[in-house]
Amino acid sequence: MQAITTITDTTVPIMKENIDTDQLIPKQFLKNILKTGYARDLFYDWRYLPGGKPNPDFILNDADRQDATILITGDNFGCGSSREHAVWALKDYGFKVVIAGGYSDIFYMNSTKNGLLAIILPEDQRKYLASIPADEKITVDLPNQEVRAEDKTFSFDIDPLWKHKFVNGLDDIAITMSYEDKIEQFEQGMAKF
Amino acid sequence: MSQTMFDKIWNQHVIAGEPGEPQLMYVDLQLLHEVTSPQAFEGLRENHRQVRRPERNFATMDHNVPTVDIFNIKDAISRKQIETLQKNAEEFGVRLAGMGSEDQGIVHVIGPQLGLTQPGMIIVCGDSHTATHGAFGSIAFGIGTSEVEHVLATQTIWQTKPKTMGIHVHGKLPHGVFAKDIIMGIIAREGVAFGTGYAVEFYGDTIERMSMEERMTLCNMAIEGGAKMGSVQPDQTTFDYVKGRKYAPKKFDEAVAYWKQFYTDDVSAFDDTIDFDVSELAPFVSWGTNPGMAVPVDQPFPAIKNDDDKKAYQYVGLKPGEKAAEIPIGFAFFGSCTNGRLSDLKVAAKAIKGHHIAKGVTALVVPGSRAIKERAEELGLDKIFKEAGCEWREPGCSACLGMNPDKVPAGVHCASTSNRNFEGRQGAGSRTHLASPAMVAAAAIYGHFIDIRKEAI
Ligand code: SF4
Repeated sequence: MQAITTITDTTVPIMKENIDTDQLIPKQFLKNILKTGYARDLFYDWRYLPGGKPNPDFILNDADRQDATILITGDNFGCGSSREHAVWALKDYGFKVVIAGGYSDIFYMNSTKNGLLAIILPEDQRKYLASIPADEKITVDLPNQEVRAEDKTFSFDIDPLWKHKFVNGLDDIAITMSYEDKIEQFEQGMAKF
Repeated sequence: MSQTMFDKIWNQHVIAGEPGEPQLMYVDLQLLHEVTSPQAFEGLRENHRQVRRPERNFATMDHNVPTVDIFNIKDAISRKQIETLQKNAEEFGVRLAGMGSEDQGIVHVIGPQLGLTQPGMIIVCGDSHTATHGAFGSIAFGIGTSEVEHVLATQTIWQTKPKTMGIHVHGKLPHGVFAKDIIMGIIAREGVAFGTGYAVEFYGDTIERMSMEERMTLCNMAIEGGAKMGSVQPDQTTFDYVKGRKYAPKKFDEAVAYWKQFYTDDVSAFDDTIDFDVSELAPFVSWGTNPGMAVPVDQPFPAIKNDDDKKAYQYVGLKPGEKAAEIPIGFAFFGSCTNGRLSDLKVAAKAIKGHHIAKGVTALVVPGSRAIKERAEELGLDKIFKEAGCEWREPGCSACLGMNPDKVPAGVHCASTSNRNFEGRQGAGSRTHLASPAMVAAAAIYGHFIDIRKEAI
C-alpha cells in the first residue's frame, strides 16, 4: 500500500447525500477478477448519457475538474453494498481523498484497506470547501489531521491505528501475522463440539 | 454491569486490542461467493500466502449464475468468475457448493440451511446482507474483498466495537402483515442511516413468536437501515432449527449449553433503543429509490421534501399523492436472501393458487437454494406457480440484482420480494417496489398492488 502523508490538490464537489455504491459503480461493471480497470465506470449512470456520451451536466466531466484528486461530498457516503469495487473505482479514477459528512461502516473499512483517505467534516466546512474554485488547491495534512484551504484550517479526527497504517503504507495481513502466537492460543482455547 | 448478547459474543472473540480501538477478532466462519472473492485469492497468491483454516471457510456460487440452463453461462466474465472460484477453492482447499451441487444456493440461504450458521459465532462474508445470519444469535456482517483476503490468511479481522441498539418489536402482527413489513416499516420511520455505527438486536414478544425464516428476513434488511449487524438472541426455536443439519455440532447438547449464555441481560445494556409496535402495522410498499422511501399500502406517496425525493420520483415515474394501487406492475420477482426461502414460496403459492397472473406481467420464482427448490417441488409448489403463468427457475440471486441474465427491463415496474430498490438495481432503468411475498403475489395477479388485509385475493 502506498503511504499517504500530505496531499495538495484540486477538488471536485458532489454534494449529494446517501450516494450509494450502485451509483459509485453500477453492478454491471463488477465482473472483473482484478482490482484495477474501473476508472471509466465510476459514477457511470451520472457521468454518461444513454448511448455512452459524457453528460455535460455532471461535474466530473467539467474540463477544469479533470485533475481533481479530492472529492467533497454529502452524508452517509458509500452506503449500500459491501463491494470494494466502489473504493477501487474511486482510486482507479485518481481520487486520493474523500471528504464527506459520514460513511457507511463497510465503505469506511474498505477505504482504509485500500489507501483511500476518508475524512469526516461537518456540513458548513464541506460547503465552504465545495465553493472553492476548480483551479484552487487545498491541502490535506494527515500527520497534523488538518484540511487547509486559503485562509481556513479545519481539523479532523482519525483512528490512530488507521493513521499509522496510512502514513506508513502498511499491509494489514503482515501486521496481523505478528499476532500469530495469540491467534493460535485463542484457537486452542475455543469451545469444540 | 449488564451486557448485551452482542457484548458477550464480542468479548469471547477478542484476541488483541483494547475496547474503543480496532480489536483483533477471531472469525468462526467465512462464507465466500464468486463476485467478491477472486481478488482476495489473487492477493494470497501474489504474496505466497495460504488459507489459514480452510475448514472455517465455505464457498458457493450465486450472484451471476443463470437460473435456466445453468451450465451454459453465456456472459464471458460471469463464466470467468465462476471458473475462478472453482479453481481457487480447489487450489486452497476450501469447500465449495458449486454449480448444480445439492448444497448450492444464495450464500445467506445455504449457511443456515447447512447448519454452518450457529449461535455465538462471528460470521463474515464479502456481502452486505451477511447480517441475515445474526438471526441465529451470532455477530454477522459484510466485509470488503481486502478483508476477505485478510480472513482467509489469518482467520481474524480487525474491528472497532460498534454501539448497540435494541429494537423492541411488540404486538400481534395483523393478518396479511409479515416480517418484511416490520423491517420496511422500521426503516421507513427511522431512515436509511439510523443504524449506522450500531449493532442492532431485535427483541420482544413479536420476535419470540417468529420462525427462524422470519427472523432472517428481519436481520437481512438491517443493513438497509445502515446497521452492519442485525441479530436476535438464540432460543429454543433457534436450537430446533440448527439441530440435525449437515454441519450442525455433533455434540449438540454441549453446543446448546454453550449457546445459552448468549442473551441480553436487560434493556439498560443497550446504548440506544427503539420501540416498534406492530399491532396496527400495514403491508409496506416502496415507491422510491432507497428502502426508506416506502409507505403503508393504503397511504399516498409523500410530498417532495428534497432533491433526493425529486430525483427518485423522476426515476420511478410516479407522483406524490399517488398510491401503491396505481403502480402499473409489469414484473414480479419472488426470491433473494430476504424472501427466497421455503416459507416465503409457500406464502406466495398459497396466494397465487387458482389464479393467473395479470396480462403483460412477467413473474419469476427463484428458490434461494437447490434444496429449497427440490423441497418446493415435492410439495407441488412449482406446479401452482407454473399454472398461474409464473416461470419456475433454478436457484441463485437472479433478478435481485442485474448481474446475471435475469433483469427487469428499463422503465418496467417490478413488485419484488428482494431488499434493494436502488436505481438500476434490477437492471438499467428498472423500477423496483419492495414488498412481502404475499403482496408481490397479489400484485402479480392484479397487475397492481392491493391491500391484502382487506381485499381477498
Ligand atoms: S439475493 Fe440479492 S441481496 Fe441477497 S446475496 Fe444475492 S444479490 Fe445480494
